[in-house]
Amino acid sequence: MRFCAASDQAVLVYLGEEIGLPAHERVLKLLEALQEKPPVWLRNVQPCYSSLMVTFDLALVDDAEVKATLRELEQRAQTIRLPKPRTVEIPVCYGEEFGPDLDDVAKMHGLKPSQVIQIHSSQTYHAYFLGFAPGFAYLGDLPEEIATPRLESPRKVVPARSVAIAGRQTAVYPFSTPGGWRLIGRTPLVLFRTNQKPMELISIRDQVRFRPITREQFVKLEPT
Amino acid sequence: MRRLLVESPGLLTTVQDLGREGYGPIGLSPSGAADPVALRLGNLLVGNGPGAAGLEMTLLGGSFAFPEGAIIAIVGADFGATVNGRLVEMWTPHTLPPGAKLNLGHTKNFARCYLAVAGGIQVEPFLGSASTHLLSGLGGHEGRAMRKGDVLNLGVAEIQPRARTISQAVLLSLKPRRILRVTEGPQSDQFSEEAKHSFYRSTFRVSEESDRMGLRLAGPAVMADTTGQMITEGVPLGAIQITPSGQAIILLVDQQTAGGYPKIANVIGVDLHRIGQLRPHVEIRFEQTSLGVARSLWVEQEGLLSKPESLFA
Repeated sequence: MRFCAASDQAVLVYLGEEIGLPAHERVLKLLEALQEKPPVWLRNVQPCYSSLMVTFDLALVDDAEVKATLRELEQRAQTIRLPKPRTVEIPVCYGEEFGPDLDDVAKMHGLKPSQVIQIHSSQTYHAYFLGFAPGFAYLGDLPEEIATPRLESPRKVVPARSVAIAGRQTAVYPFSTPGGWRLIGRTPLVLFRTNQKPMELISIRDQVRFRPITREQFVKLEPT
Repeated sequence: MRRLLVESPGLLTTVQDLGREGYGPIGLSPSGAADPVALRLGNLLVGNGPGAAGLEMTLLGGSFAFPEGAIIAIVGADFGATVNGRLVEMWTPHTLPPGAKLNLGHTKNFARCYLAVAGGIQVEPFLGSASTHLLSGLGGHEGRAMRKGDVLNLGVAEIQPRARTISQAVLLSLKPRRILRVTEGPQSDQFSEEAKHSFYRSTFRVSEESDRMGLRLAGPAVMADTTGQMITEGVPLGAIQITPSGQAIILLVDQQTAGGYPKIANVIGVDLHRIGQLRPHVEIRFEQTSLGVARSLWVEQEGLLSKPESLFA
């Protein structure tokens, strides 16, 4: 466990120095411990791959006390047993106007588009955390054979529900936002629903699978 | 019920309160007024609690009608506010008669002007806050900026506010700054001494491509050592992240919650409301300070803001 001040009111807790399940399990457990018994000074927490950022009320504590409390919580967190994760299936219509980068991705790896689809949809992904925009889940790890760098210049507008890849990660854009990931398809499902609990379709730690669907199925499943 | 009619919306006018904090686990940034100190003072003047919702206007204000009248205060940047054609004093409450029209123009100094209204602006709260989160189109009034013809409901005023003005001394102590105080960022060791030296000695200009997510700065490129690849991690409000091309971006209230760019520094708490007042083309610099100094300044500022008696002229 390593600490670093992110700002005068936020501290980063590093629980590993690489992306992977062992570090992430420690992140999940510390998150659970923080949510179970939130200290009075806790304002926010942002879990990521191998770190958590903890924002605190600077009028109530200083960073030394925050670190001491987090150290104690981490000790206790190690005994937490996490429940079985949920599985979420995301239907995806790949390619054409829904996935304008699918052909480029295939070419870059010397594959056919159908092979990229096959590889992308034959894996179960771990939802490491939500960030960037509400409901945007960072899913990993994308198989090395189709790992592709981000676009050199991001799109000003990525349509909502686009399924995208970047590096060893994949994700679905919940909203129409700017974005630099490569778009390979689109899901008819709504990723962030303010009238449901939880609001996010994919929560941290969910196990996510993508299922290829046809355009007809997409239209049938699309919200009106 | 009292109403506010939007006759012209201005450049970018949104409903904001002090934001919704605590939703990092679902990837949602707090939002809220970019200059929360101004909004708090505005609410105090009209007799609201500090977290009531007001309107945040950006660079160019709008025109609003109050068919049933209202008690208002104009705070933050000076947009030359007039009521029924007469200039109104800022930082003090005004009672508007039924049918009054409020007009605001171009900014005369900073980026954001706030309209605080007795009773607050009433919208359906989203996760406990009225703030508009523009990136996701959530919160506020239909999750978007005001448009001509919008009608907003006003709440019932809790107490009749007294005619008091925020003192010049207080305004001076909270005034926007061109020299922002920062603490070291978590990746500051990814920058050479030379790069850091240049960062702290250079002047940066706020670019027009700035919004509530972040302020993009133009200036000398600040290059990180490319050897230090970093893993995406949480990013705080006021983080100064450096893109691969060496551009500095200061994260603002609608910020992304996680990012993979190295952060050279972070604006300290007492200067966070000040970055909300930086407008395009303004030149700024950074001055390094310690966590200890940042904390004592914060405690001092929050102490001042929590004692209403000491704020008035």
